[in-house]
Amino acid sequence: MDSDEDFDYYDAGDDEEDDLSLRDDADDDDEDEGYLDDNIIVSEAPHGSETKDEEVYPHECLSADRIVDLMVEILKEVNDIVNIPPTTLRILLAHFNWDKELLLEKYYEYDGNQERIFKEAHVVSPFKMKRSNKSRDVSCEICCSSCSSSFMTGLDCGHMFCKGCWSQYLRTKIMDEGMSQTIPCPAFDCEIIVDDAIVMSLISDKKVRLKYQHLMTNSFVECNSLLKWCPSPDCHHVIKVEYRDRRAVKCDCGREFCFECSESWHDPVLCVHLKKWLKKCDDDSETSNWISANTKECPKCQVTIEKDGGCNHVICRSQTCKHEFCWVCLGPWDPHGASWYNCNRYNADDAKKARDTQQRSREMLQRYLFYCNRYMNHLQSLKFEHKLYARVKRKMEEMQQLNMSWIEVQFLKKAVDVLCQCRQTLMYTYVFAFFLKRNNQLLLFEDNQADLEKATETLSEYLERDITTASIRDIKQKVQDKYRYCDSRRSVLLRHVHEGYDKEWWDYLD
Amino acid sequence: MSAHFVQKRIQKEILTMRKSPPPGIRLCEDSLRSAPEFMVELTGATGTLYSEQIFKLLFKFGERYPFESPQVTFVGNCIPVHPHVYSNGHICLSILTEDWSPALSTEAVCLSVISMLSSCTEKKLPPDNAFYIRTCSKNPKDTKWWFHDDQV
Ligand SMILES: [Zn+2]
Ligand SMILES: [Zn+2]
Ligand SMILES: [Zn+2]
Ligand SMILES: [Zn+2]
Repeated sequence: MDSDEDFDYYDAGDDEEDDLSLRDDADDDDEDEGYLDDNIIVSEAPHGSETKDEEVYPHECLSADRIVDLMVEILKEVNDIVNIPPTTLRILLAHFNWDKELLLEKYYEYDGNQERIFKEAHVVSPFKMKRSNKSRDVSCEICCSSCSSSFMTGLDCGHMFCKGCWSQYLRTKIMDEGMSQTIPCPAFDCEIIVDDAIVMSLISDKKVRLKYQHLMTNSFVECNSLLKWCPSPDCHHVIKVEYRDRRAVKCDCGREFCFECSESWHDPVLCVHLKKWLKKCDDDSETSNWISANTKECPKCQVTIEKDGGCNHVICRSQTCKHEFCWVCLGPWDPHGASWYNCNRYNADDAKKARDTQQRSREMLQRYLFYCNRYMNHLQSLKFEHKLYARVKRKMEEMQQLNMSWIEVQFLKKAVDVLCQCRQTLMYTYVFAFFLKRNNQLLLFEDNQADLEKATETLSEYLERDITTASIRDIKQKVQDKYRYCDSRRSVLLRHVHEGYDKEWWDYLD
Repeated sequence: MSAHFVQKRIQKEILTMRKSPPPGIRLCEDSLRSAPEFMVELTGATGTLYSEQIFKLLFKFGERYPFESPQVTFVGNCIPVHPHVYSNGHICLSILTEDWSPALSTEAVCLSVISMLSSCTEKKLPPDNAFYIRTCSKNPKDTKWWFHDDQV
């Protein structure tokens, strides 16, 4: 199996074996360089230490062809070490989620008992004596017709079926059930997995072959913990990292996302909290909480009641309840007698309990709305970013006509970049804080947040209206100072949160 | 694959069952119509809760049979009371869906069903019977089965 053909079951072929080297990442980092650029006042960092945010997280963006190459590369690499046929090896690797170290570790750990590793991966050991199926005329158990043995085929488990049935079987599994790496032998109760060689030799239909390759690639990416599809709907690129982490990665299509959870990059909030937050935002129960803030529930049957008149003697509309209570104290109406003006029941136990429950749920809602409004506000502003970019671009062109050089006007684009980054960070700071209990570190965090927010809004104002071609040279200094300040405040805030993660400063609400 | 091949296979299965039916299994000859379906009569094995009881099992074969499983349900007014059999005749048995293999035959399915009945220790309906029969589709194969504990 020293020839490449053994590895290459793809129609596309890997005739251009070139350029497996990592792409030059220089352009990718371009945009981030500004962070570390000139005037950041390092002393502003509370604890000087470098944080995750500034370390480089090495990653590369792969196109679909490169994913196939990568698969072949891994196969070759392992094959150089252990002499297992590629078809078997591919199944073994898939079983170990394409973690070659783990495969090799197990392979040597089971030394002398390698049979076990093949069994666990549902494949017949290539070192075992093959069963010979020499009978001349056999009947296929699926179509019940007898065929010559040359028309019968099977995996190493020895279950033979006619080629027609095999291809029909594979077609069903691939096209209807979307299976690829885990298709079992058609025999009942046989768990041996179909290898890619038999699929490629039996399936000639281009559509089916393509789908199979597609499914194989997909499951290769999905089970490989160092690979992730770009979440952009029309993008077919994959991000490859060297080690797995909750870090930002950037696809060639421009999408920046969290490698751990595939959401938009969400520093400083943790993936779990972001997930909870997004679910909460979607949740209908929040809408119903909205209602409850503006209405009250019947203290007896909990049906929602909206008061539509001035009288505080309320009768629950529910046909089965018809409970009468006082809108003010929520106590039963009876003791109030004819006139609620004498409502002296305000502290009666049952009335108080009913009020407390409503109070609590209202406070929780108020709290949620507080964070949600601020989160939404930044989200909304971010959605207009493309408009701002367009405007700034126009402005930059105007300026260049007024004898400013291209270099000289770049500060404007940079300012918008920083503005967007700050808004993104601010947006997630509200999600971060929503899940936290109050403590001193949180107070410090809120100071940082307020600072960054104020600076960001000022920068935004500058960009929204203060840039006029007349005042351009004056304003350049102002804008540069402001975005640098924003940028440094953002670093300070993030660094503080990261340090808190390391030192366990944050107390979470349950 | 051609309908011709499917016909041939079903024909062959019918023939085998007619010629040498295993104990407790009888093909209902009157159910053999042109439609790709037929009925089999099962007799509960002696010494079990269903001893000597007779049930009717309906097999319907789709276009992609045997690469997809047949639709198998109990029919008639005698449906076994069993933790894996709903009162509408639907059966919760893994070889009828995800563990189906094209190398399995009608006969093998019948034997599995009889063995499922034989291993039962208490005649009772599935716990979610009332809900299931109200909400399920007509075809049991549309149900995403959550296989009940195999130890009946
Ligand atoms: Zn066949
Ligand atoms: Zn097999
Ligand atoms: Zn992308
Ligand atoms: Zn994440």
